[in-house]
Amino acid sequence: MRGFRFIRGTMWSVTRPLLQECTLTCYRLLSAMTQAVPPILSVTPSRALVDEKFQVLVENLPPGCPVTLCSLHRSEDKDDWEAYGHYVSDHRGVVSVSEDLSFGGTYTGKEPMGLLWSMRPVPGSRKGLRLRKINVCTPMLVNISVHSGHEGFRDRTPLASALAERWYMAPGVKRIDINKQGVQGTLYIPPGPGPFPALLDMWGGGAGLLEYRSALLASRGYVSFSLDYLWSEYLSADVEFKYFETAFNIIRNHSQVIPDRVGILGSSLGSMVAFDLTAYSTIIKPRCIVCISSNHYHPPGTTLKAGFKILSKHFHKAHFDENNHMSWRSFALDLIADPSNNVEVGRINCPMLLVNGCDDQNWPTVETAEEVARLLREGGKEHLLSRLAYPGAGHLIEPPFSPHFRATKFIILNSKEKVILLWGGHTKAHSDAQEDSWRKILSFLQLHLYHSPSVKANL
Amino acid sequence: MDRKQCCVKLSVQPSRGLMDEKFIVLVQNALPGSQLTIRALHQCEDGHSWEAFGHYTADTTGTINLSEDPSIRGTYSGVEQMGLLWSLRPIPGSKPGLRMRKKNIQTPMEVTISVYQGHQTEGFADLVPLSGVVVERWYMAPGVRGFQLQKVDSPQPFFLPLGPGPFPGLLDLYGLGGQLVEYRAALLASHGFASMAIDYVNSKFTIETGKMVDSQYFETAYRVLQQHPQVCKSRIAMIGFSFGTSITLKMAIYSEIIKLSAAVCISGSHVQPVDGSVEEILRFSYKNAGKTRFSEKDEKIWRDQLLPIPTDPSLKADVGRLQCPLLLLVGEDDQSCPAQESALDIKEMMAQAGNSHLLTVLSYPNAGHLIEPPYTPHTRSSNFRTTGMPEKVMYLWGGQTVEHSRAQEDAWKKILVFLRENLYGGRNPTLFSHL
Repeated sequence: MRGFRFIRGTMWSVTRPLLQECTLTCYRLLSAMTQAVPPILSVTPSRALVDEKFQVLVENLPPGCPVTLCSLHRSEDKDDWEAYGHYVSDHRGVVSVSEDLSFGGTYTGKEPMGLLWSMRPVPGSRKGLRLRKINVCTPMLVNISVHSGHEGFRDRTPLASALAERWYMAPGVKRIDINKQGVQGTLYIPPGPGPFPALLDMWGGGAGLLEYRSALLASRGYVSFSLDYLWSEYLSADVEFKYFETAFNIIRNHSQVIPDRVGILGSSLGSMVAFDLTAYSTIIKPRCIVCISSNHYHPPGTTLKAGFKILSKHFHKAHFDENNHMSWRSFALDLIADPSNNVEVGRINCPMLLVNGCDDQNWPTVETAEEVARLLREGGKEHLLSRLAYPGAGHLIEPPFSPHFRATKFIILNSKEKVILLWGGHTKAHSDAQEDSWRKILSFLQLHLYHSPSVKANL
Repeated sequence: MDRKQCCVKLSVQPSRGLMDEKFIVLVQNALPGSQLTIRALHQCEDGHSWEAFGHYTADTTGTINLSEDPSIRGTYSGVEQMGLLWSLRPIPGSKPGLRMRKKNIQTPMEVTISVYQGHQTEGFADLVPLSGVVVERWYMAPGVRGFQLQKVDSPQPFFLPLGPGPFPGLLDLYGLGGQLVEYRAALLASHGFASMAIDYVNSKFTIETGKMVDSQYFETAYRVLQQHPQVCKSRIAMIGFSFGTSITLKMAIYSEIIKLSAAVCISGSHVQPVDGSVEEILRFSYKNAGKTRFSEKDEKIWRDQLLPIPTDPSLKADVGRLQCPLLLLVGEDDQSCPAQESALDIKEMMAQAGNSHLLTVLSYPNAGHLIEPPYTPHTRSSNFRTTGMPEKVMYLWGGQTVEHSRAQEDAWKKILVFLRENLYGGRNPTLFSHL
């Protein structure tokens, strides 16, 4: 081991000055050039939806020149997020992020979208940040720049910059605030005459009302209703249940919606509501459901907030990792071991897609999915189920190219106490999961909501 | 619910693009073999509506891809990925002589693309489409900054790319149309050139005196551009269209102050009094007003005013003295200007002077006078009021739509490569492969 370290150390002591010399030469060349003209940086397309890829290209560099490509985004919360990759130009003086390999930075290898998905808060930022766009009527602006050299690139002014706009809303998508029959939320409607298939879209606890996924789904052809459901204190579980049924019916009865093509998409706590509604409602029948980071824990007769209170009684059993980040996974596993605590998913009769991360440290979502599979199998309904389980992915499975959050600040609903919750996942694997799962979610929705023969369970 | 209605999915990628970028229009989940019409509708800033459409048949998978499948008939036919844009024309019943030109380039051109059941040719307003999307087409890339550069006479629109620079500079001159055109300068800035659109028709001087500005006006513009901290002093080019060509050649050849790295001349001529003032050059072309012809539709044809190309060297800009590369773009069906004849004469003059290695001529059969950025709808004739004339009259510009549109697409790519090579150095046209 020591021998290896010695060899590696020797190699580094040889290559490092060489690299520095190379950087200096290129830097001198570039300085001379910049008296004339700088390199040309382009991002194509410069305006795109967040789930679309782009190509980042640098031209007019000296050949064989070490450069760093850097992305920078200032969030709505005024935090700065960045990503960067170290590259070397070819004999034509070109760097193509789609074709070339990054040799270091926040991502390595051939990663056309690495400048987005590997973003993290700049050094010195507050801890536990999460990047979420609240105003989806404007694009996310990402500044992409190219700097000379690798080490210490931040100390040098960029050679060239370009701005990329990343949109959640396609042109023509309409946004409508809903406050109807006691139900609150935001509705997104695709452009065109309609009518359209539709989705009830629910996020998890602690997030507030998030609209970006609904905006994106509308951009992909679905009327999507982002439901605000944790703002109220309900008197009973029945009343709360009716809230969700009413929300579903508001969508179903909307003039732009095809009434028998309404599905539910829920993540985390939202996935529990999806299971609950689909299993127990006698008045609404979703065409299909998608559960991201599946959760079926719902002690009978409890409201969501009451259920959360029960959950919080187990927090003392939570495991804290080496960074003091709180994981609920292990005590949650115990809780769901008792089937009386859980939604009877065996009652579900529509197609289901479950999307989970194998490194989910917040909730035993993979185990939940296995349990769902077992219960459906018992009822002869396993053909209704599709499961995606991604190794190395965590709890917060977002649209593609979103940065990965392994742990973030979280306000415990009842106590207002702030902790840092461990969601899990390793960035590269998690990002791959986000990209792959989104495509598969859209494909599943297209099949069941756009043109499906009706799938009936064998009862 | 009608299954057909639910099925058909229409998508356009990218939904937000630059004016010169291609898009892919895709129809999916249609009934295999079904007949469908794909239509584009655009409402101009002046309130007029323009449309284009193509008739298609869905394949066995129920798909239509405009970059692969042919339109059987419509405002365009054949495999035409961008046909829905370049074949746009005013909807039936519109007043004649319309031309599409965007004034406000801070906002995009919005086009609604829809798919209809069957092969429809008219009455679209009364039909309900199966599906529709909205597409944005921008002249300005994100990050391009547009502002007014203060000049001696009046502020000029200036477009600066994002980044530290310095950037090569461009002076952009349109023709005598009377309306300042900024869109080309904005689009060129989106490709990395610090571009100034020079309004030489509506200057304070012209409004007050009724006379054209002189060389000093353009030389001041050049100086102001040079002095901008983010512009490369020694890499400035000029691009002139129609009468703008006359000014470009005059400055390139005769100005002591303006030293161009390159010049692009579109649909113009070198026939003008040697070293005449701009006013004199303008008067020269009006002198032969008697040579104006009229088409059978009573459209004014201007091209003969400068013909025949004189042999007298005092009547032609001395292109043999040019010291920078020159790109000439010619529509062979140009009815306004004898651009083709002029180009041939320029070639001869430069061959004799020994500087023809500087010249590139791009000559397009059946293209007309109005060679605009790609996918701009072709205007064969329109209502036009030129400087010094009181009324709008129908002018014939020429060109056949298909060939003219191909010319615009090809010309633009080549203009960008030419500018890149001469202003940035190096030959790496990879950047334009998506155009």
